[in-house]
Amino acid sequence: MSAAQWRRAMNGGLRASSSADAARLTARAAPSRATTLGVAAASDPYAGSGAPRWLKFFWRTLSPRHVFTLALLLVFPWLATPFLTFQVAAQALLLGTIALSLTFLGGYGGMVSLAQMSVAGMSGYALAIFGSSSTPISLGWPWWLAVIVALVIATACATVIGWLSVRTEGIYTIMITLAFGVAFYYLVLQNYTVFNGFQGFQRVYPPEVLGLNWREPVPFYFLCLFWAMAAYLAVKWLVRTPFGIALQGVRDNPRRMAALGFDVVAHRVAAYAVAGLMAAVGGVLLVWYNGLITPGSVNTGWQINILVIAVLGGMRHPIGAFLGAIIFVLLQTFAIDLIDRERFNLVIGVVFLAIVLFSPDGLLGLWAKLRSRFGSNQTVTSLQRRH
Amino acid sequence: MKMKKRIWIRSMVAAAAATALTGMAWAQGAPVKIGVLATLEGPFAAGGADGMRGAELAIKQRGGVVAGRRIEMVRASSNANPDVAVNAVRKLVEQDKVDIVVGPLSGGEGIAVKDYSRSQPNMTFINGGSGAQATTLQNPSPNFFRFNTEGAQWMVGLGKAAMDKGYKRVMVIAEDYAFPYSQVQGFMSEFCRLGGRVPSKAWVPLGGKDYSSVIARIPKDVDALLVVLGGADAVNFLNQYEAAGGDKPLMGGSITVSQDVLNYRGKRRDSLVGTISAGPYADSFDGADWRAFVADYQKNYPVSAGGYPSPSLFALVYYTNMKAALDALDAVKGDLSGGQARYRDALSKLELRMPTGTVRLDGNRQAIGTTFVTEVVKDSRGELTTRVLRKVDNVDQMLGMKREEFQMGSRDVPACP
Amino acid sequence: MTWGARTWAWLLIGGPLAVFSLWALVDNTRLYVVTLLNGLTLASLYFIVASGFTLVFGLMRNVNLAHGSLYLLGGYVGFFVAEKTGFWVLALAAGFLAAALAGLLLQVLVLRHMQGQDLRQTMVTIGLSIVVADLLLWAFTAQVHQMEAPEWLQGPIRNLPLIKAYSAYRLSLLGFGVVIGVFLWWLLTRTTVGAMIRAGVDDRQMLAASGVNVNFVFAMTFMLGAGLAGLGGVIGAVELSMVPGEDTRLLLASLIVVIVGGMGSVVGAAVGAVILGLAETYGLAYAPTYSVVFTFVILILVLAFRPRGILGKPA
Repeated sequence: MSAAQWRRAMNGGLRASSSADAARLTARAAPSRATTLGVAAASDPYAGSGAPRWLKFFWRTLSPRHVFTLALLLVFPWLATPFLTFQVAAQALLLGTIALSLTFLGGYGGMVSLAQMSVAGMSGYALAIFGSSSTPISLGWPWWLAVIVALVIATACATVIGWLSVRTEGIYTIMITLAFGVAFYYLVLQNYTVFNGFQGFQRVYPPEVLGLNWREPVPFYFLCLFWAMAAYLAVKWLVRTPFGIALQGVRDNPRRMAALGFDVVAHRVAAYAVAGLMAAVGGVLLVWYNGLITPGSVNTGWQINILVIAVLGGMRHPIGAFLGAIIFVLLQTFAIDLIDRERFNLVIGVVFLAIVLFSPDGLLGLWAKLRSRFGSNQTVTSLQRRH
Repeated sequence: MKMKKRIWIRSMVAAAAATALTGMAWAQGAPVKIGVLATLEGPFAAGGADGMRGAELAIKQRGGVVAGRRIEMVRASSNANPDVAVNAVRKLVEQDKVDIVVGPLSGGEGIAVKDYSRSQPNMTFINGGSGAQATTLQNPSPNFFRFNTEGAQWMVGLGKAAMDKGYKRVMVIAEDYAFPYSQVQGFMSEFCRLGGRVPSKAWVPLGGKDYSSVIARIPKDVDALLVVLGGADAVNFLNQYEAAGGDKPLMGGSITVSQDVLNYRGKRRDSLVGTISAGPYADSFDGADWRAFVADYQKNYPVSAGGYPSPSLFALVYYTNMKAALDALDAVKGDLSGGQARYRDALSKLELRMPTGTVRLDGNRQAIGTTFVTEVVKDSRGELTTRVLRKVDNVDQMLGMKREEFQMGSRDVPACP
Repeated sequence: MTWGARTWAWLLIGGPLAVFSLWALVDNTRLYVVTLLNGLTLASLYFIVASGFTLVFGLMRNVNLAHGSLYLLGGYVGFFVAEKTGFWVLALAAGFLAAALAGLLLQVLVLRHMQGQDLRQTMVTIGLSIVVADLLLWAFTAQVHQMEAPEWLQGPIRNLPLIKAYSAYRLSLLGFGVVIGVFLWWLLTRTTVGAMIRAGVDDRQMLAASGVNVNFVFAMTFMLGAGLAGLGGVIGAVELSMVPGEDTRLLLASLIVVIVGGMGSVVGAAVGAVILGLAETYGLAYAPTYSVVFTFVILILVLAFRPRGILGKPA
């Protein structure tokens, strides 16, 4: 069955039966996506009410947990100091966005790419080159144009990386994307005419829009929060579309999907492009956060850090990227107060090692195990066995 | 009666003691928090550790107290990445609420911290060890001060010494980033003006250890090689150069002729005698202040406790900058009120007495200091050591040139093939 | 690839190389020949380190990204043994044994339990490499350790035709590479253990089914692979010195060599090492600014058009 036929069947089914049946169909078509959200396969309690469809959708999908988290995120700047808002929360959100692109690509697409930070770096560099900075190379275009150009360039590069990496699998994908990252690092390090080499670009700041200086802690936090939520919701929506489901099918068994008539290469390259766009947005936020971009922002250390963040939180669910990012940023900021900052790498390495050894699905996997062990009447979430 | 008197005496004593104590506390004032940032991880970790030692030494020399206030040193670490350095400084300023920041160590970080300092106009930032020219030459910040001379200033005098030795054609071998650019610019601006020629420059990519290709490219008709590599890389280069059968004399950059190179055990050891170099200090300098500084360092940080046999470059520059911070605090009697305006004024006017001489600041708050030209000699025991050939005072950031003639160093600038 | 396509591929790659070689030979013959020797000797070092990696991956499908840390460990151990005893050969043995032992522990304690989970092994070994790198940094500090070549290998060999003088130690690297290559060839093709390893590379389950103690063979192979990394570390410590950061560099180099040449093939490792070594040294000699970018572009091109490497076997 091709994707179009499947889509038609789904839509026909939706029109014919109630939304409950549609949910059941979706759940059956993607059995491994049985979520803990509680999208019940049972009857829909709101079926009879006269509320509009979108409200019923919210009632169905949101739980107190979501409302509480959202409220906390919105109120956070007034609960915490500007330092925590800017350096911890905003940084965690933007790093989480970049890591989310890796989670999407690796968790749902089965392709672990170490080039996500480089894509973010490409977006950052493009913004610095086309926008304004203290370096004469910058073209000084208006900020909105520079941002759009940066996103387009980075996504295009991500697509090219995807197209070149698409025939590789497993460790080879890691290698080729790592090679892209290192090649990009040395390119920006050695080239002075376009990338200003070792110095990079300084004083790349967000613009003043609507009378607000967007680099102030509170506005910047909300900017990062908005884009992080957009990316998160986009991923959650995307994996339930036919494209997303087909992508997961490609992850699990590419030969079968090819036999079914799906274009495996196209799906994979499209996944790279989507992940590239997410990383590009993260890259713009990153360069605005730092106020500068240098080769040091895209070196091998950072490529591995993004992988660490994604794995730390768990690649099963988009929230894992943000969990990993918060822990990483907290460790990075406060490690010097607790232990010798010199041993920061050791601490991060040990934590990462412990999580990977004992819980391959990161913190989320740990949480799921604890819940299944100590919780009562929990739906057991299925753990993917990836070979 | 007696009981009453006893009670009265005791309470008077107690009251007097209490007044004395509170009086002392009140006279002491709140502690002054100084944040020190150095690279405690990454490629310059060893240097960063020594820089911390230098800063601590300046505090120890004052007994931990300045202008009646106790000094509290808050450490921060970076890894030579500008974004990590800015994060660390932001934490120092906004979370740890320090009064003064001393740091960072590497050149790229210095520029980033200088840019950050503009967003905190009521804080004072003093350099640690960073030596990039651009920090104070391009967009200088009104509250960023640098009391150490930078890479180009460190090479003043070497060009003339090279001509005196008869080296008319020199090849440059250096690493491909900002600090060596400034060192080469400092050397070449003098050397080319005196008629010297640099037919070829080899820029080795950062972190590269394989100099075989560079060695293969050395032209036959150069008189000497200017090697601007770190001390350990220089030993690597020396080994490979000797193994490949090379025999030209060398000149060293400021960080090249270090203990590692002087302990070189290869067969061509003797050919190292006569190597000239230049830098902000010389191990064998005979000044009283320098010897006192070295002795103090060796007493506080013996080799067994992790210190070097003799203070390194990083210890010296961090010590200098921290001493400046404390001397200026003394000058304003510890008064950091009013957005630290009086303090910064005192810093600008400070005539700092540091181990190798006196340092003043120019209009961009950059140090004007002393440079030493040194030569490697063999001492009575047959060991290699350095001696001071020439001491150049009042070296400013323009290197004695006019503003219009001056060009910051880069891969191709200056050029006199 | 068809015969026609293959010819075109050879022409596309070989053509520019031939033109460049002709120009370089005419321009500065000595530089060209010296660079050739430099490239081959560097390739020998890469081959020694990468052959261990390819053995381990080819047989056990164990992705050991801690291979660079083993290199560094072997180098540091060898450095201190050389300092204490003064014998370079002892240092070589010590470096080999230290890394082999560490590798054995790694395989038995950690990787054996994750057989088949490629991604998890990758993550675990990445984590281990971070931890080991920091521990080594703690123990040995960030000081650069430069090991001295043994007396009989120091200094240049003089009076060579055309190139006049060349480093004796670098030439010996070539010798080491050849010796180890021959040893590995003999091990793999002429001994029972080698036959078992080759059989295991082709079909692990059949090997187990035919009664061979597969765990033992795996452990021995891992020890050999790790030991080769340590041996490479000691050899490299003289030429390139020991400093934190070398582990990442050598790991990346091994990965490029093995992927370009093909995982699981020792001959592939030799081919990949020669390609990488020549690319690096010619890049440094003729276009130093972008030489590193260039080497990674080669990797990308090979992976894009021959995902299994030049001589790689399908999974």
